[in-house]
Amino acid sequence: MISGLTTDDKEMSGCAISGIMSEVGRPFSGESIIRSIANMHDRSNGLGGGFAAYGIYPDRAEDYALHVMCDHEDGLKAAEAVIADRCVIRHTEPIPTRPMRAIRRRPILSRCFVRMREEELERNYDRTEDDLVVSLVMDVNTHVEGAFVFSSGKNMGVFKGVGYPEDIGRFFRLEEYQGYIWTAHGRFPTNTTGWWGGAHPFGLLDWAVVHNGEISSYGINRRYLANFGYHCTLRTDTEVIAYMFDLLVRVHRLPLRAACTAMAPPFWSQAERLSEDERELVRALRVVYGGALLNGPFSILVGHSGGMVALNDRIKLRPLVAARRGDMLYLASEEAAVREVCRDPERLWNVRGGTPVIGELRGQAKADATPTVLSGGGQEV
Amino acid sequence: MNEKDRKDGFQPRQWLVEPDFVVERDPEKCIQCQVCVRQCANDVHRYDEDDETVSSDSSPCVGCHRCASLCPTGAISIKRSELDFRPHGNWTAAALRNVYKQAETGGILLAGMGNDQGLPVYWDRLLLNASQVTNPSIDPLREPMETLTHLGRKPDRLRLLERDGGVALATRIEPQLELQVPVMFSAMSYGSISYHASMALARAASEAGTYANTGEGGLHRDIRPFGDNMIVQVASGRFGVDSEYLNSAAAVEIKIGQGAKPGIGGHLPGEKVDGAVSETRMIPEGTDALSPAPHHDIYSIEDLRQLIYSIKEATLYEKPVSVKIAAVHNVAAIASGCVRAGADIVAIDGCRGGTGAAPTMIRNNVGIPIEFALAAVDSRLREEGIRNQASVIAAGGFRCSADVVKAIALGADAVYLGTVALVAMGCHMCQKCYTGKCNWGIATQDPYLTRRLNPDMATRRLVNLLRAWKLEIKEMMGGMGINAIESLRGNREHLRGVGLTDRELRILDVKAAGE
Amino acid sequence: MKRIVAREEYCVGCRLCEIHCLVQHSKSKKIIKAFREERDSVLPRLRVEESGCVSFALQCRHCEQASCIEACMTGAMHRAPETGAVLCDTDRCVGCWMCIMVCPLGAIRRGPDSHVASKCDLCIGEDYPVCVANCPNEAIALREEDEVNA
Repeated sequence: MISGLTTDDKEMSGCAISGIMSEVGRPFSGESIIRSIANMHDRSNGLGGGFAAYGIYPDRAEDYALHVMCDHEDGLKAAEAVIADRCVIRHTEPIPTRPMRAIRRRPILSRCFVRMREEELERNYDRTEDDLVVSLVMDVNTHVEGAFVFSSGKNMGVFKGVGYPEDIGRFFRLEEYQGYIWTAHGRFPTNTTGWWGGAHPFGLLDWAVVHNGEISSYGINRRYLANFGYHCTLRTDTEVIAYMFDLLVRVHRLPLRAACTAMAPPFWSQAERLSEDERELVRALRVVYGGALLNGPFSILVGHSGGMVALNDRIKLRPLVAARRGDMLYLASEEAAVREVCRDPERLWNVRGGTPVIGELRGQAKADATPTVLSGGGQEV
Repeated sequence: MNEKDRKDGFQPRQWLVEPDFVVERDPEKCIQCQVCVRQCANDVHRYDEDDETVSSDSSPCVGCHRCASLCPTGAISIKRSELDFRPHGNWTAAALRNVYKQAETGGILLAGMGNDQGLPVYWDRLLLNASQVTNPSIDPLREPMETLTHLGRKPDRLRLLERDGGVALATRIEPQLELQVPVMFSAMSYGSISYHASMALARAASEAGTYANTGEGGLHRDIRPFGDNMIVQVASGRFGVDSEYLNSAAAVEIKIGQGAKPGIGGHLPGEKVDGAVSETRMIPEGTDALSPAPHHDIYSIEDLRQLIYSIKEATLYEKPVSVKIAAVHNVAAIASGCVRAGADIVAIDGCRGGTGAAPTMIRNNVGIPIEFALAAVDSRLREEGIRNQASVIAAGGFRCSADVVKAIALGADAVYLGTVALVAMGCHMCQKCYTGKCNWGIATQDPYLTRRLNPDMATRRLVNLLRAWKLEIKEMMGGMGINAIESLRGNREHLRGVGLTDRELRILDVKAAGE
Repeated sequence: MKRIVAREEYCVGCRLCEIHCLVQHSKSKKIIKAFREERDSVLPRLRVEESGCVSFALQCRHCEQASCIEACMTGAMHRAPETGAVLCDTDRCVGCWMCIMVCPLGAIRRGPDSHVASKCDLCIGEDYPVCVANCPNEAIALREEDEVNA
């Protein structure tokens, strides 16, 4: 927990988002995502920018990469103590940065690569290692004075801070990393002052969410998640989205499309036009996951090791375009941000409200593949 | 008076009891048409054939406005009695009048409808949110706005199986009630209200796509065709309960208690048990229908579980079983127990809830407001991780659609409407339901009076009310930028408190205005 | 044509129909004036019949086979071609009362101050007869013939 930085209000924001993925898992540098998000400079106001990158730690792919930001050395020490208590820390280092005139008052930034201790796993035989990492992150963020874990997945990392996103990108030297998925966010917060932890992406395990919009169902989403042990510490609606994906996909094992249907379901009137099986499924998802429905205007990009998902609110109150060229999938708030890095896409379309666009890493194990039922279809223009 | 006089049937005049109202007749307007005379069941108005004049005796007036409403010239006005006592902070006029009544009658004070003591209405201290700039409000006239609500037990999660390239449901969802609008008519028994009133509630529920509740009055055979929109109640008297009754409805509700009179049973006087009531309740004609205070087969929570599962067995697990409890001090723990005992729905009735008859002292002094009860129950069920196992219905004095929206934001799945439905049918809140002389034909079995409620009109008014509220609910939701009711449910971020103490805010789990 | 139907199960016996009928057929058409100053010169054209708790408003049903028209020797009693209502032309009525004698419903009365028959005229000039419009319990309805028989 970083003192004085959490607020009691949920955060509302405008923002720009962008995501680039190679569906064959071909790594590329952070240069293009920085250029894409920089193209939408005016959609942010310098109070927050951030990136998520997948496949950047191939040498330590089996370790959880914890990115920690701290107000002071004591905070870092306390956080590391809590982490060391439960984990084997295999490597620790400062997150490399370069001096940037535009970036001021930065926290201490550190990353450590960890695995849960065997005895921890044995003691918590009814929980997975992922579950324990979630608890660890929540404990540090709620209880450790002056420290905040902002990235906790394997072979991926979140980089974020206060500033324009292109400056943040350069500050973290992202052009030096190679990843197969990159997402980015430029922030325009409307009622909280920017702080480093509040920037997007918001990550938990390998989920990283960038989000443009405001979740008007936040109050119930937060309480719904609390039923399942998720405690929203940041009071940002983005946090809620990340936990929701974690709950629905990782814990409840819903196929990604079904999870998206739960979060942005068809209207009842639309469901009536579906086949009987699909209608039954939609009804079941809505009845059971009413608390997971995300209401209000949003466009979100969710990265995870197996791919990238884009989702618009049901009546598309926020912009989101998608494009493909070869193995590359591009998603952004504005078409210009796509064309900045892909001048001549083979297909480019407006993402339809409530209809996810799913980028899947090909060659993944069958278990991770997402069934095709519930596709909205007909999204290309 | 001595005992001999009493046996002679001598009824001493109640000198201490003074009229509650003054009926004034404007001689300039009165045309001696006698409509008032014909309409007052309390004999306030009299026609003197010799003088050819109508006159009024205020003392029996209950303030129901039937005469004033029907007077073609507007000649009648009804005012509170102007007979003032010397002001006294402790000994208010109401307190004195109660003492006079008891001194004259030696009986328990009775009252109809809900608590009239002016308890704070916390709905009025909660304000709703609306979107500005960062989040567009949604216009319900142009965009879909969903109020469809499902009541019943939900599983924690769905299991989906991959099959033939698609997915199939592997989780069976328990039976659900489906409401087009998140309000239902609460339990009002045939017997306490008239056949026409019962019929109108059933028809209106059916037309509006929601549910009416039989109360403990049984299900009249004419109303059975509306069974798909009925909830049948099993209460401590078990009136009218048999297998056919249970199976002819959409859901079954076990009534443990009622907000207007927690801890108290019911008493339908024999005079109201006419042929049809007797047949429907399955009791002899003319006998008092006495509902015991507790269910004598439920002395603890495990007994409740037995009854719940007996009903589920009897209805082949095809219908949700609701448990209705009064909002009492420990309501959160009790509700949790009900859920753990197997209730699919828990209905919480707050202390402003209405009734046909309750001891005045009970009505005015027992229970807690629905706002706190609801907040506590919803929070408690969430803390225990069992909120999805049962739907929560709030009840007790809901007056308008804003109350409903606030209740849903506080955590209710749906709201029961009792008093307001009666008002929509014409009730003027004279609070004399227990006399059986309802001048509006609602809470009576007197054939002279029951005909005053035309069920076609009553149905139309009820449907209108639900339609109007649905429109208003959609407007409020749209203003908040919410287009599905499930995103409002339990969303306390959209509530702010005014004039509430820190502790009250904490219990409601609502921020203060400005926070 | 549309006919007046009495729904006796909902008649509350308030007699507002009689009152409004009287006012409608008064000279002033003002309720207080009609009752105070014209009381002797105007009668309601309908009557509420009562027995115990059952009551209903009775007025001319404007029969298809109207005995009153057949019995009228002057042709005063006639059917209005445009509405189908059975009406009495008071200029031609001679007050023989044959119509009263033959009316199976007893819906025709002697006029109060003139020697002519008085009966329901379905409130000429009004959208709805005033008895229908002013019944607080919708116990008097105006319905199309086929709805009446249905």
